[in-house]
Amino acid sequence: MSAPSSSSTDLNIDHVASLARLALTPEEKAHFASQLGDVLDAIEKLKRVDVTGVEPTAHAFPLFNVWQADEARAGLSVQEALRNAPAQRDQMIVVPKVVE
Amino acid sequence: MSEALHYQSIAELSAALQARRISAVELMQAVIARTQAVEDRVHAFNSYDVGDALAQASASDERRARGEARGPLDGIPIGLKDVIAVTGQPLTASSRMLKNFVSPYDATVTRRLREAGAICWGRLNMDEFAMGSSTENSAFGPTANPYALDCVPGGSSGGSAAAVAAGETIVSLGSDTGGSIRQPASFCNVVGLKPTYGLVSRYGLIAFASSLDQIGPFGRSVEDTAMVLGAIAGHDPLDSTSWRAEVPDYRAALQARRGPWRIGIPREYFGEGLDPEVAASVQAAVRFYESQGCTVKDVSLPHTEYGIGVYYIIATAECSSNLARFDGIRYGHRSKEAKDAVEIYSKSRAEGFGAEVKRRIILGTYVLSSGYYDAYYLRAQKVRTLIRQDFLNAYRDVDVMLTPTAPTPAFRRGAKADPLAMYLCDIYTIGVNLAGLPAVSVPCGFSADGRPIGMQLIGQPFGEAELLAMAHTYERAHTWSQRRPTL
Repeated sequence: MSAPSSSSTDLNIDHVASLARLALTPEEKAHFASQLGDVLDAIEKLKRVDVTGVEPTAHAFPLFNVWQADEARAGLSVQEALRNAPAQRDQMIVVPKVVE
Repeated sequence: MSEALHYQSIAELSAALQARRISAVELMQAVIARTQAVEDRVHAFNSYDVGDALAQASASDERRARGEARGPLDGIPIGLKDVIAVTGQPLTASSRMLKNFVSPYDATVTRRLREAGAICWGRLNMDEFAMGSSTENSAFGPTANPYALDCVPGGSSGGSAAAVAAGETIVSLGSDTGGSIRQPASFCNVVGLKPTYGLVSRYGLIAFASSLDQIGPFGRSVEDTAMVLGAIAGHDPLDSTSWRAEVPDYRAALQARRGPWRIGIPREYFGEGLDPEVAASVQAAVRFYESQGCTVKDVSLPHTEYGIGVYYIIATAECSSNLARFDGIRYGHRSKEAKDAVEIYSKSRAEGFGAEVKRRIILGTYVLSSGYYDAYYLRAQKVRTLIRQDFLNAYRDVDVMLTPTAPTPAFRRGAKADPLAMYLCDIYTIGVNLAGLPAVSVPCGFSADGRPIGMQLIGQPFGEAELLAMAHTYERAHTWSQRRPTL
């Protein structure tokens, strides 16, 4: 028996899809799990790199303490801000009740 | 013999506008007519607004009549990738999620182009949320390569490259996260430049992977590309990653900077998987530079093979975070099937996103999830440091590096159904984004069957003027850029 790829079996697609708030069909789950298993296998080779003492890079040219001047500026009007809302009423976005 | 208006350069058109040989409205009408004539075959645009474009052109003519023309871009049409905000125009990212979204504000690059008098023209097709290398992942249908209509234009900025190549605009903007400007430029015989991270503001660009994304220009010549870059570059207080870099006169640099340059040839970029016709064209370009007195040196970027792995951890991690905002609540698609708040999220996202976006959100969520962060994300960030150091070490001995832009010329639509095969299209472009460097793709040949080939010049941080001058030196001595598609 050949050992299954560790990366493929580690990917619990139901759990991850739930974390990502993404409703997947059973077909999508099967398809993505297999495709992403291949991608994860390709990623596995990063484990061969010796990263002892190497600092992580989050940005190629990091900037720190970037501040804007504290000046009042015109923003969007309520009408403009709500222009793309899926549902609106009385200058507010309509959502289902979340607290009984 | 001058070419049709829609194929002329900014310098030619600007001179004609200034001498009143043409008006901006006539130029815009010529570009609209060309677009309407070829768009059924190319499909470079998601949408375009003829009335709005002609109104901008008319305003340009009025400025000029008053003696208030704003410079060489005044009256020049520029197409914008449909991921860059333009007030009052659709902003879809080629996604069902944003099918009906209308932008309430201008991106900083849009505002700067308006200030230069350019005409913002159309919403250019792309891979959904800029995720892909072929523009096949658009919810609104694929774009065709103008030089080979059964082939892809590359991606994700495929519409931006194809529209310039087909004369449906004079110049355009795209965005580049792992090669999304340079690879389509190479597939469509145009120049495409990915600036140094931080040179061009990302304010108003729909975010994919914030530490990698940059907006950049496409043109049919190095000079056109340089002129657009000059208009959009420079510090912006609305982008906290924007660099306080001095913006040189890129157009003047084309004449002023003549080398000779010390050129590095990274051996890892010429190995297995490189198409022989691409290799031959790029090697001929290397010999050209040698003939101009440049020094050519073999260099090594030893961590190149890890680039794809690092990229698909970092880019998907950042995308899973950035795309969390598309939840069906405040804007974008909202599912009609949802019964409660959580279902609004999960069903709106399921209905709104296409397959590639879903795959990347899943992968990104996984690599960031509890128990995997150190093994994947943190390790990838460390290897990113090594990839960046490879480049900086090589630049101790050379001024610039020369590589192929993509391993192959444009491939047929549907040829890369396997995601991993598609990801490998970006193998020569990804390292530049991880290291934050500038790079430009320049036309350098054609395959025997007529598909364009591009070379990539990779510069040092904020070395765009040098890169463009070097590209211009090559372009002046070759005719590839003058070859137009048969449409």
